Amino acid sequence: MSATPAAGAHAGAHHEEPHQPVFVGPVLARLEALFPKYPTRQACLLPALWLVQEARGWISQGAIEEVAAVLGLTPAYVKGVVTFYTMYHTHPVGRHFIQVCTTSPCNICGAEDVVKAFLQHTGCGELGATSQDGRFTVIEVECLGACGFATPVMINDDFIEGVTPERVPGILQGYK
Amino acid sequence: MGYPHPSHPKEEPVLSRYFGDAGARTFDGWVKRGGYEGLKKALGMTRDQVIEEIKNSGLRGRGGAGFPTGLKWSFMPKEVTKPHYLVCNADESEPGTFKDREIIRWTPHQLIEGCAIAAHAMGAERIYIYIRGEFTAEHKILVAAVEDAYRNNALGENVFGSGRRIDLVVHRGAGAYICGEETAMMNSIEGKRGNPRIKPPFPAVAGLWASPTTINNVETLAAAGPIMVRGAAWYKGLSRSSPKSTGTKLFSVCGHVQRPGNYEVVMGTPMRDLVYDMCGGMRPGRSLKAVIPGGSSVPIMTAAEIEDCPLDYEGIVAKGSMLGSGGMIVMDDSTDIVYQVMRLARFYAHESCAQCTQCREGTAWTTRILERILAGQGRPEDLDLLLDLADNMTGKTICVLSDSCAAPVVSAIRKFPGEFEAYLSRNRQRTLVTV
Ligand SMILES: Cc1cc2nc3c(=O)[nH]c(=O)nc-3n(C[C@H](O)[C@H](O)[C@H](O)COP(=O)(O)O)c2cc1C
Ligand code: SF4
Ligand code: FES
Repeated sequence: MSATPAAGAHAGAHHEEPHQPVFVGPVLARLEALFPKYPTRQACLLPALWLVQEARGWISQGAIEEVAAVLGLTPAYVKGVVTFYTMYHTHPVGRHFIQVCTTSPCNICGAEDVVKAFLQHTGCGELGATSQDGRFTVIEVECLGACGFATPVMINDDFIEGVTPERVPGILQGYK
Repeated sequence: MGYPHPSHPKEEPVLSRYFGDAGARTFDGWVKRGGYEGLKKALGMTRDQVIEEIKNSGLRGRGGAGFPTGLKWSFMPKEVTKPHYLVCNADESEPGTFKDREIIRWTPHQLIEGCAIAAHAMGAERIYIYIRGEFTAEHKILVAAVEDAYRNNALGENVFGSGRRIDLVVHRGAGAYICGEETAMMNSIEGKRGNPRIKPPFPAVAGLWASPTTINNVETLAAAGPIMVRGAAWYKGLSRSSPKSTGTKLFSVCGHVQRPGNYEVVMGTPMRDLVYDMCGGMRPGRSLKAVIPGGSSVPIMTAAEIEDCPLDYEGIVAKGSMLGSGGMIVMDDSTDIVYQVMRLARFYAHESCAQCTQCREGTAWTTRILERILAGQGRPEDLDLLLDLADNMTGKTICVLSDSCAAPVVSAIRKFPGEFEAYLSRNRQRTLVTV
């Protein structure tokens, strides 16, 4: 399982602020509400990581240590799990994270031209890089499970179907 | 109804009947459309009676392998000495497949009802629906429907007053195709890396937390409600060719057809009808080159091979491929087969969990050789090398991801040798295909 290109492009390019705990107040309550749904604390790991990413946009080393402590796991174990799954960001990404499917079914319908249009109109220049203004990061992803609606694109949590190069500038206007 | 196109007269909408009808998403809306009658009926029957009904219907797994569903359910121990679990596989990540997403987003209660029927039949008190992380909108719809079901006692400690307890937890994945494999999914739910497990033990013996577990695909489970309501004989009668393939099947058709989308047809319907009538055939001026009929993990078929192929498990096998997930990728004459096969190989290389040498090395090496061929640097022995590699990747690993990478490669070399030779003889250069 390889990490997203975004991770590589950022490696070493940032230094971490001291970690502010995520699991306090309502977020802690949401985590605790998960406990009865699983027979082990370990099983709450993926949902807990989602809560972190929702709150912070990415999962820092500090957050990994916090999750480990809350669930009774070791940080090394948590890190091993985090890096297995491509949707968890282990580095900060642009404010708007754009994922374009380029697997064969979309590819034959012109997905690579959609990628080019995003790179051009966001000013990112290349895949995995964040635009100068910190607004955008664009990556190619594998099948998003919407192949009949080529080309599907995810921007943050928004799932946009049937994207063509012509629609790209208009779509980007919705993401300031 | 139908979505994104109206139902075609050649379709038989059972599961897809309310696609596009947002009113079907709520508990009340679902009940108004006849929903939850199947669950009520099942709750009035014994576990064995429900399993017999599913067995008699001939329903087979829609997740890819086509394993008989009733038989699979019967493997669960009769005595409940440890918790029994049902896992619903909503990871839908096989390139070309997008049917489960439609079931969830339009008819979430159809899925919840099917899950509850299966849980009852297997003595399971808890269900996990594992939905891929990218399905953000569907996740919200499903979670809302589950809450709605709890409020109306379709789930909870006393389902419809039957005394049966059935809990359902929606578990979100986080981006990993391999978690669609059943044992990888169990590891993922347990909070581990999604590495497939060595079998045996089989999940019905030791699955989630070493307890008896059964994993079924979304479409498989969704079919349980209609079968309970209308009966096994009705379902079994939906069959136009092989009696071993019964019921309706959702085919997700994508690629170069005029009307991509999901089409629900009776098993045994001619593949030709699907591609040319329901989907409207190719774009103007184009002709069909190839079809990958069952998601990207199955062998490629030529235009000639689809001419007299029935859409059922046996019919597609007879043509050298597999029905798989029913995700059909249609490619017209503008398609560069070598490039697309490389893209698929790259997909498998990216998604390999890297536990097995043959898979880790094989998928990566296959991709590199195909890239080299596409760059005009292929060597005459490359095709033999690819076939050799594929041979080493088939039937030798913990799960079949490795085999899945080999299948499209081998079939493409066998069926479209000219495309590879054109690159090898430097007569062809990679051109970007644009629509
Ligand atoms: C690499 C790999 C990926 C898979 N992905 C999926 C998937 O996304 N959805 C699915 O239902 N089955 C998938 N399967 C098949 C499952 O392992 C399992 O057979 C299936 O969920 C069983 O359900 P069924 O009997 O209802 O078909 C995958 C298998 C493999 C080897
Ligand atoms: S075949 Fe590939 S994906 Fe499957 S277990 Fe082995 S390495 Fe992992
Ligand atoms: S290949 Fe693009 S969504 Fe499936």
